[in-house]
This record gives sequence, C-alpha cells and structure tokens, in this order.
Amino acid sequence: MQTHRKESIMQFGIFSVSDVTTDPTTNTTPSEQQRIKDIVTIAQKAEEVGLDVFAIGEHHNPPFFSSSPTTTLAYVAAKTEKLLLSTSTTLITTNDPVKIAEDYAMLQHLADGRVDLMMGRGNTGPVYPWFGQDIRQGIPLAIENYALLHRLWREDYVTWEGKFRTPLQGFQSTPRPLDGVPPFVWHGSIRSPEIAEQAAYYGDGFFANNIFWPKEHYMQLIGYYRSRFEHYGHGTAEQAIVGLGGQAFMAKKSQDAVNQFRPYFDNAPVYGHGPSLEDFTEQTPLTVGSPQQVIDRYAGMREHFGDYQRQLFLMDHAGLPLKTVLEQLDFLGGEVVPVLRKELEVNRPAGISDGPTHASLVAARDAAEAAAAESVVAGAAAASLSDLTESR
Amino acid sequence: MNARSLVVVSAGLSQPSSTRLLADRLAAATLDRLSALDAPTTVEVIELRDLAHDITNNLLTGFAAPKLQAALDALSHADGLIAVTPIFTTSYSGLFKSFIDVIEPTALTDLPVLIAATGGTERHSLALDYAVRPLFTYLHTVVVPTAVYAASSDWGSGAAAGGAASGGGGLAARIGRASSELATLVAASDRSSRVLDPFALPAGFSPTGA
Repeated sequence: MQTHRKESIMQFGIFSVSDVTTDPTTNTTPSEQQRIKDIVTIAQKAEEVGLDVFAIGEHHNPPFFSSSPTTTLAYVAAKTEKLLLSTSTTLITTNDPVKIAEDYAMLQHLADGRVDLMMGRGNTGPVYPWFGQDIRQGIPLAIENYALLHRLWREDYVTWEGKFRTPLQGFQSTPRPLDGVPPFVWHGSIRSPEIAEQAAYYGDGFFANNIFWPKEHYMQLIGYYRSRFEHYGHGTAEQAIVGLGGQAFMAKKSQDAVNQFRPYFDNAPVYGHGPSLEDFTEQTPLTVGSPQQVIDRYAGMREHFGDYQRQLFLMDHAGLPLKTVLEQLDFLGGEVVPVLRKELEVNRPAGISDGPTHASLVAARDAAEAAAAESVVAGAAAASLSDLTESR
Repeated sequence: MNARSLVVVSAGLSQPSSTRLLADRLAAATLDRLSALDAPTTVEVIELRDLAHDITNNLLTGFAAPKLQAALDALSHADGLIAVTPIFTTSYSGLFKSFIDVIEPTALTDLPVLIAATGGTERHSLALDYAVRPLFTYLHTVVVPTAVYAASSDWGSGAAAGGAASGGGGLAARIGRASSELATLVAASDRSSRVLDPFALPAGFSPTGA
C-alpha cells in the first residue's frame, strides 16, 4: 500500500526541455540514450529530494530527444512513488486530440493518478507541416483540438465534427479516465491572450513559463487570465490556478555559481551569444547565486503574480552534465524549496486552492455530486409537498 | 487634447553624424510648423547607435531590454515619426532594419512618417523610394509624399541648388516641404491619446471554437 504524505499546498518541481547540447566546458555531447537515461535519473532525484512535480517537453526535431513524453513518464512512474508527472508542453496543435485522450488516460491509470499535463502550441514552424498542419492555424488548432479532448474525457460516446480532423460517430476513447476524473490541464502560453482566455473559460490552470522574458510581461498575461477566470464564474480572480516557470543555478558562494554557470549561459541555445549573464539575470527571473538569493527572488514572485499553485524550475539544459544537475537538485530540494514552502504558506488567504492532484479533483467531483444530489432531494421534497397541496 | 508626440529615429553610426544632423533639421522644421498650427508637441530622439546591443539581443532572445522597450513604447504612442537612415549598399542600413524588425508588426499602424536618408552621393537618392518607402507602407504607416535625401554635397549648397527641375530647391526647401506635410498629419493625429489593449481578442473569437 502506498503511503500518502500530506498534500502540498504549493507544488514545486522541475521541467525539462530535453535538449541534447554540447557541454561547452568539455566539448563533449551526450548520446541520445545517455540523455534519456539521465532524465530518468533526474526525475528520480527530484522525488528523492522532496520535489512534487516532474514535467518534460515534447519536440519533434533535434537537438531535443523527447518526442514521446508518455513513454518516458510511464517509465518514471514505475520508478517513483509520489512524484506528480506532467508535461511542458504537450502539443495540442499537431497531436491528434484522440491520441492525447488515450495516451494520457493510459498513463493516468498506470501512474495511479499522478499525472497532469500542460497544453502548448509549439513554435517550430516545420513541425506543423510534418504533421499535416499549418502554423498559421496554431490558435484555431489549439481551440478546436482541446474542445474535442475535453469532451472525449468527459462523455462516454462522442459524436463530433470539426475543421481539422476526421469526424467521429459514437466514438469512445479508452481507457476512460481514472475514477471518471480526467487529468488536470494547464495551458501554457508566452504571449497569446486567446490561450489565457481558453484556460479561464474551462477553469483550467494557466502556466507562464516565466524564463525567457521580463516578469512584467507575464504579470500582465496572468492578470488577464485571473480576471477572465472570475468572469467565467469559476471563483474569484485570486482563486485562479496559476503555475510559473523559473530558472536558477546555485553554489554555496554566489560568485562560484556565476563562474560555474557563465560558460553554459554564454553558449546556451536560447540566449547564448546575446545579453550578458548580469543583464539577463536582472531582466528575467533567472537567478544565479547562493540558495538564499534564489529563495529571496522566488519568495517574492507572489507579490507580482498573486498566490499561486505550482512553481517549476528549469535545471537540466544547455549541456550541464548530470552530476551538476543532481547537485543543483540537492540545493533546490534540500535548501530552497523547504524555505519557500514555509514562506509562501504565510498569509496565504483562505479559499486559495492547493496545487491540483488527482485526489483533490476526485474530492471536488464527489462534493459537487453530493451537493447536486442534495438539491435534487430537496427539490423532490418540495415538489411532493406542492403535489399534496394541489391535490387537497 | 494632450501635447502631440513626435519621435525621431536616427540610424547614423558616427558621432556626430550627418544622419543626426539631417534628423535634427527635419525635427526643428516640423516643430516650427506644428507651433504655427497651434499644436504643442514633444520630441523624443532615438539614436540607434545607443541601442545597437539591445537590438541584437532582442533579435536573439525575443525581448527588449528596458532602454529599447522605452523606445518601442514611444513609437507605439507617437503621433509622428521622422526616420533617417544612412544609405548603405543601395538600401537602409542593417542597424536601421534590425530596429524595424524588433517592432511589433502592428505597432506603427496609422503613424505619419517622414522618411529621410543620407549618403555620399546623390545617385542613391532613389533608395528612399524603392527601399524605405515600401518598408513603411508594409507597416501600415502613412508616409508623406516628400522624402528628403541629403548627399554630402548638399551640406555645402545654397538654397538655389537643385533647381526647378528637381522639384524646386535645395536641401532647405526640401526639408521645409516635407516638414509641412508631416506637421499637418501630426496635428490631426490622435495616436498618442489612444489606449492600447494588449489582450484584445480577435473579432469573433470563441474559447471553444463554437
């Protein structure tokens, strides 16, 4: 029997983009298999150091290895006991929503509910035509595909017709979601208000990757999502379900962290050969320094974004060797997250949701059904009373 | 109505540059005419040389550092733009085009623009009309009919230079005509008092696609 610890109020974890990158300090490049095996080690380490979530991306072009996240996550599920498995992101544009419904329901069963996923569009132009789609239809694809996925997980037999895939007549996606409750869904977006609107409409979570750009940009986007969440009647703006990305590199002494990380930063695929490490750490949430500096920076995030549910860090990327990544996870799980958990619980208003889990979703569903049943009973009682009155 | 906002972009590379010199002449002439039109106007000069690193970083990372962001914000809310570039290898300079490339594609819509350029010889003056004008047309700006080109020799020519055949007059006359055209449009612009909604959803958008 599995031991269930107290659910985390806020969920902390890591997310990987799955790049295979040359280590600029040794000029060595891990093989694909090495990186794939390493990512499993990294996920296991995340659980060992007390993190809650491991998420992996989906890509269909080199230098990324993660084309098949559910395969990886199923393997990680078998090797872990408590870790919540997620994606960063699942391509809602180029995947068939029917296959997403099947794959993630399958994973949900195997992992005993330790699964959620984050929808993303993907911004690599050629991937769309490789999968028979067109990047200019990115938003309409995300909207239509998710609308279908949402139904497939909630309706036993779906008859459907849309613009982008073949129609369905009485189709049942199998396996049905575990306990009749679909995995929680986050929607990730860097700049599109349409996706924030979509997340708000469904009452789903919204995740801002928060690593490439200044936080002010994401603050606006999350503020918009929160206001629309309230507009659609899912709760107050403060109760909307928000996740944030982040990025850190640590050493006991701040200057050691800077010296150790600089060659990786300067040559990183995303921002290498551009701004200086100093400018980038000032202008974005990347924090390079002592664990205390990381604590200070991220404890302050809720001042900007409001109380939130999930904080993920990008830790394995840019050619950092496995040994270094594992050391970073020791800092993160051992020194940073325990303090952040405490600090972010202080003054957290009542009514703010904890990070969503399968157990919390089942409980919410049961509570909603009980409330509905009660109102039916009350309604029936009122009706029979009025029958009596009338028959008199 | 609030004061109009005039932005001047100068892509000259040397300090001082003839490109900046031309930009300043155009700005001063435009302000004179706006004042005659009783339209108080503020001016902000953007020297692209000062933003060169930020522009390159924006191309690489996708976001603007604070100083560059301030310049981009000024353009989004401007009532008029004077854009001056040196002509390099038959066209606008690379730095000038890189700056244009980091501007949101819709940020300049409806913006009145005066285009101007500098070069060593007047043989390249048509670059304004085959390269710079289409660029601003693509961005849905309103480009005034007169474009001002200043070759090295223009800086030492009198008012009579150029003659009637080239449209009437030397550099000063061309500056005067172009500035008048721009000032009229700036005076009528309400761009600086518009409220921009970064989260405006496209017309007809539905979160379910229905």
